[in-house]
Amino acid sequence: MAFGTIRNVRKVFSAGELISRSREPVVALDDASFDFEQGQLVALLGPSGCGKTTLLRIVAGLISKTSGSVNIGGREVTEPLGDYGFVFQSPSLMPWRSVVDNVLFPMEILKNNNKAARARANELLGLVGLSNFAHARPHQLSGGMQQRVALCRALIHQPKLLLMDEPFGALDELTRLEMNDLLLRIRRETGASVLFVTHSISEAIYLSDKVIVFSRRPARVAREIQIDLPYPRSQRTRFTAAFTEAERIASEALGVLPPGSEAETETGAAS
Amino acid sequence: MINPMVARLITRIGYPLFGLVVILGAWVLACWLGNLPTVVLPTPDKVFHAFIARFDLLMSEGWVTVKETLYGFLLAIVIGIPLAVAIANSRPLNLMFYPLLIALQSVPKVALAPIILVWLGTGMESKLAIVWLVAFFPIIVDTVAGLRSTPRELLELADSLRASPMQVFLKVQFPAALPFVITGAKVAITLAVIGAVIGEFVGASEGLGFLLLSATSQLDTPLAFAALFALSFLGIAAYLLVELAEKLAEPWLPPSSQRH
Ligand SMILES: Nc1ncnc2c1ncn2[C@@H]1O[C@H](COP(=O)(O)OP(=O)(O)O)[C@@H](O)[C@H]1O
Ligand SMILES: [Mg+2]
Repeated sequence: MAFGTIRNVRKVFSAGELISRSREPVVALDDASFDFEQGQLVALLGPSGCGKTTLLRIVAGLISKTSGSVNIGGREVTEPLGDYGFVFQSPSLMPWRSVVDNVLFPMEILKNNNKAARARANELLGLVGLSNFAHARPHQLSGGMQQRVALCRALIHQPKLLLMDEPFGALDELTRLEMNDLLLRIRRETGASVLFVTHSISEAIYLSDKVIVFSRRPARVAREIQIDLPYPRSQRTRFTAAFTEAERIASEALGVLPPGSEAETETGAAS
Repeated sequence: MINPMVARLITRIGYPLFGLVVILGAWVLACWLGNLPTVVLPTPDKVFHAFIARFDLLMSEGWVTVKETLYGFLLAIVIGIPLAVAIANSRPLNLMFYPLLIALQSVPKVALAPIILVWLGTGMESKLAIVWLVAFFPIIVDTVAGLRSTPRELLELADSLRASPMQVFLKVQFPAALPFVITGAKVAITLAVIGAVIGEFVGASEGLGFLLLSATSQLDTPLAFAALFALSFLGIAAYLLVELAEKLAEPWLPPSSQRH
């Protein structure tokens, strides 16, 4: 069995969980199924509002699913397992803590805040180029730097799985490209498995081993695209024929590009 | 060229001082031009004289009002914050009481003072109850607002690490709410002084409010004004106390530009 299996996951928000005023149940996720292996980075690509965040929350065990199953590392997920790393779209740092204390937050919660943890926090901050800012306050840092701190916080407890929810979506294009390369480097050094939500086609392809394309809400898996681009990748990879071909397939699956002459039939979404 | 330090000193202290002089001048002028008797409006020097001559009396009565204010305020904190935590964390409690609290916030609670006096008598207890009542609302309402404004991401992060409810409260919710709690406390301390004085007006045998009433009834207007100034100092000192607490909490607070 694969390291992670997500099978026919469906989520209907009903009374009690609804944030909106309407009493109507909301089908946030219709039917999501895919697998991934340990150490893989899987990009979840889909239009905004299609249910990607909902899926991540379910995989993390933060909210219940209506039906289906999620299995990570041989364990069925029904509640938080305590060994995930989370990176959100906004850095979500604690303004009252210094940078290094933000990074150490998970270790405090896990009651593991020892010398080794401090050393690892400093090591991670070095890895993302923020050694000199360990004792700064978050508000003194730029958005990109804050997001790098959030990345360190997500990695400090050496989680089995990293869940990233459009982590670079709020950054400017240049910073975003830098962060993409940083993430590739960190993956190489930590071997973490990553589920990476994005609505950027090229970001999804550049970072991942596999792209899962979702349809509009309620989300179903429209297409699974294997990305066989060689590692190590660099910005040059974006200008190869294989990259462009992957972009074309993803665009068609998203429905932003009408199928061309050599288009394959879509799986799933058309049913 | 004036050096910037001096320039800052002039704007910070010089201008307010000048404003004070203008007001004192207007006061003196009003006494002279209106030819007002001391009973109606004493001149500043008479008030100052009364303040010095009756200093011991002002201090002892002031101490009573200080105790009523601070104890009532502390009571509001000690009861308000745990209740706020309960309301913020329980959906039923929230639905039951939060709208009620918001609605009651704009009701003039001091109007209850006569009734509270009937219940609790003219001693310290009734003053504590009135001060508590006026100080309680801003504290609980702001604390609930602060607790509820904790970013969802931080709560999810804590949840994903299987944080205990106590950890979530101590490490996430409370620090996130602290700026709100302090804002509420600043409003509450100002109201607390007002509550104590109103309580003393309605029925008391000691305190600055009582002194003010009895001085006016004896037509000792300079003493009444002196009591008024003592009350003002008390109010300012109480507010500064909360500001001091804020300064002490500074390391845990977000930069003031991001505060609410
Ligand atoms: N608690 C909730 N109650 C009602 N609707 C919700 C709730 N959470 C999410 N939704 C809805 O579910 C859909 C999917 O949301 P989300 O997973 O955040 O999408 P995405 O992350 O892909 O943009 C959206 O239409 C959203 O409004
Ligand atoms: Mg989302």
